[in-house]
Amino acid sequence: MKDIGRPSARQLLIAAAVLVLLTGGATVPGLFSFDNITQMLRQISVTGIIALGVTFVVIAGRLDLTVGSLLSLCAVVAITLHDEISPVAAVTVPIIIGLVVGCINGFLVAILRLNSLIATLGMLSVLQAVALVWTSGQNALIDRPEATWFAVIGRGYLLDVPIPVLIFLLLAALTAILLGMTRFGREVFSVGGNEIASRFSSIAARQVLFTCYMISGTLTGMAAIVFSSRVMAAQNNSGSGLELQVLSAVILGGTSLAGGDGGIGRTIIGVVLLGFIQNALLLIGLPYYVQWLVSWVVIIGVVWADVASRRGRVLA
Amino acid sequence: MESVRYLARNPVWLLGLGLFIFFSVTTSHFLTAYNLSNVLFQCALVGLLATGLTPVIISGNIDLSVGAVVGLSSCLVIGMQEQIGLAGAIAVALGSGLCLGLLNGLAVERLGVSSFIITLAGMIGTRGLAFLYAGDTSLSAIDEQLYDLTMLHVGPVTLIPFIFLTAVLCFQWMLRRTVHGRNTYAIGGSRSASTNAGIPVSRHVVINFIICGLMAAICGVAMAANLGAATPSYGKDYELWAVIAVVLGGTRLRGGKGDLIGTFAAVLALAILRNGLNMLHVAPFYIPGIMGLALIAALVLDRQLNRASKTAE
Repeated sequence: MKDIGRPSARQLLIAAAVLVLLTGGATVPGLFSFDNITQMLRQISVTGIIALGVTFVVIAGRLDLTVGSLLSLCAVVAITLHDEISPVAAVTVPIIIGLVVGCINGFLVAILRLNSLIATLGMLSVLQAVALVWTSGQNALIDRPEATWFAVIGRGYLLDVPIPVLIFLLLAALTAILLGMTRFGREVFSVGGNEIASRFSSIAARQVLFTCYMISGTLTGMAAIVFSSRVMAAQNNSGSGLELQVLSAVILGGTSLAGGDGGIGRTIIGVVLLGFIQNALLLIGLPYYVQWLVSWVVIIGVVWADVASRRGRVLA
Repeated sequence: MESVRYLARNPVWLLGLGLFIFFSVTTSHFLTAYNLSNVLFQCALVGLLATGLTPVIISGNIDLSVGAVVGLSSCLVIGMQEQIGLAGAIAVALGSGLCLGLLNGLAVERLGVSSFIITLAGMIGTRGLAFLYAGDTSLSAIDEQLYDLTMLHVGPVTLIPFIFLTAVLCFQWMLRRTVHGRNTYAIGGSRSASTNAGIPVSRHVVINFIICGLMAAICGVAMAANLGAATPSYGKDYELWAVIAVVLGGTRLRGGKGDLIGTFAAVLALAILRNGLNMLHVAPFYIPGIMGLALIAALVLDRQLNRASKTAE
């Protein structure tokens, strides 16, 4: 198949990213301090949890752009329900909302067979509207953040490790098992690799796709709980643009946008690398929008490397 | 008979007409000359984007960065005026759109990466450029020269709607009557067949991206001119509106089919919808929701129509 000894584009990319990281560590003071690493990991855990779910959708050869506004919606719901009903509602309802939205996305893409990019782009603005209507355009916050156990999820520590990081690792382990060791996981790869062939192999491609979207939605609901518990407040556009960050992390890790190739481990690498790069940019003191320029270059570079390695030529 | 068949293929005209009648009956302020000219102006801004986007989609690509180009060009035209004068500033702003279109087109063709990814990343990056240029603030015009331009009349219509209408006609002519237009349809229909037929595919694709970037920049300049100010976040979500309009107008997302007349009707119908909802005092929160539902509906419609036409063939 592939000659051994010649590095794949993915390995080169990871090597390049590690090189960037080491240069960053050498030039940016404090980048690799224990405190900064824990803080950085805590920050990326929300993106990371969402990226785990999106990985399933991308491996199945589709996209889910709803995650950003779904996070906004679930976060404002969690925050408002916390004070109005109870903290228990704040940790259950968002997951249910995520699941329902995942089902709607699954219905649009898997059952109606719509273009996943445009369909989830449409859902993105629908969810944005729902979040706005839910809050009447206001921002939501929890009145007494110090007096509730809800704060533990996002702010707590266990043995010096932030709880969000532990949640991220736990979910990563679960999704890695689901994707790597179960029949469903293999079916996801086969649907993404060649949908028609998978159908001829009597795989229920529609159900597999539908389930991928359900996983993505549910994990986004969970991420929203971690997010709102950390911030103890939510704007109705908290997650705006997050879908692109998540997507860049997933493809930076080396999951192919063409579908059929990827993994949870790769996504974790992508999320951590992206987190370090953004963190380093902030530590240098560059304004936040410089990150966008970096994302521009990184996303195109990564996808290019992916496409080029598969076609065996650098240029089209 | 021909016109009946045309309407059946392009139900967006009926949609627009229905909305027009509905809002004329239900609200008292809709059917006034003042409001209708307002509708025409509102549809001109998104219309400029949708006009530029239509050939790109017909050739089987997509450009999601147009909204961000609006932000960048509007900032450039306001910010540059002090240093290099109005004409220079407009030239720089339009040039920025042209260059970004060229960059997108070349990236799609030379790197062989799907236009969706290139322009999605371009959307973030271009927005970053706009913020980099303007900082986190809004810019205001030093004088009213630019604003005065928008007050020019061509017959009964002001300059910006006039540019939009002219662009629609020119683009329709380009698609239907020129080699470039014919090849655009061919490439969208089957890229490999076009390559085999000796059509310079890359050149046509890049040209369409350049035109699209230029139209987005014109939209940005028009927006800045109208408000006499610009912020780097201008044009946010406009790419959504433009894609909705193009798809609703009957252009096939996979390429190879569509025209400017359909896009024009869809832009008009969407502007009527938005304006009418305002007249009915629907809270602005609902607007993105209605927009999203319209997009999904357009997508279902796109699939149904294309399936119908496939069985008819």
